[in-house]
Amino acid sequence: MAFQVLLNFFIAFLWMFLSMNFTLSTFLIGFILGIIMILMMNRFIPGRFYMGRVWALVKLFFLFLKELFLANFQVLSLIIRPKMPIKPAIFALPTVLEKEWEITLLSNLITLTPGTLVVAISEDSKTLFIHALDYGDAEEAIDSIRNSFERAILEVSRT
Amino acid sequence: MEILKNSLIILTTSIGLVFIVVTAVGLIRLPDVYSRTHAASKSATLGVMFILLGVFLHFWLIKDEVNTRLLLGIAFLFMTGPVGGHVIGRAAYLSGVPMWKHSVKDDLGPYLKEQKKAHRQSID
Repeated sequence: MAFQVLLNFFIAFLWMFLSMNFTLSTFLIGFILGIIMILMMNRFIPGRFYMGRVWALVKLFFLFLKELFLANFQVLSLIIRPKMPIKPAIFALPTVLEKEWEITLLSNLITLTPGTLVVAISEDSKTLFIHALDYGDAEEAIDSIRNSFERAILEVSRT
Repeated sequence: MEILKNSLIILTTSIGLVFIVVTAVGLIRLPDVYSRTHAASKSATLGVMFILLGVFLHFWLIKDEVNTRLLLGIAFLFMTGPVGGHVIGRAAYLSGVPMWKHSVKDDLGPYLKEQKKAHRQSID
């Protein structure tokens, strides 16, 4: 990926030198032309087309924002009830992710999602221990959210 | 146009304020350290992010000055808020703070016990 980004910058500078016009707009035109060239030459360049990965990253960011909002409205609705109907629990969640930055990202995402907080990560980093605010009803929904997060992170890190 | 700008600023700042109040009330009302960390790590992050966004919009739309430091502040909060929550929860558990008495499940305790046993066997 780093090689493709570097190549794209190189093409953009080449375009600036060709057009003898050193402004931001010329750079951007060159950058867009570079993206098109890299897309056309994708079969000869090692690795996946990097804009796909950038797009996956943007999608992950918006997922993050959405979950942050839902989490806050859940906390809001919990604390204004007169009787607090919560069933806290710590449960183990096995993960398929391997690289350390992926696990960090997943635990950050889980901490910002409604009603869950990562308390510890096991020694071999295969299991996350998660404190859930309301364990009873939400376990299956939580599992499906995990799957969507894990898939989104795998989408970014896939080569 | 001026009214629109001002109402946008007031809206973001007051949303931030509401979430800060939620944090404070949650810290008082929730039963144990772990549930309090839920309130502190989520609502406080979003609340301060919204207030900073309101300040940024004020300087941008009214004073006509783009303050990039505020944007950096929002990004840093976004990254460090959940990490802080995690570290507090982990430190509390490892130093033996008990969970609330109505908690229904605890997978971490048996795991830590097993780890300790394995560690002791490796020393012997």
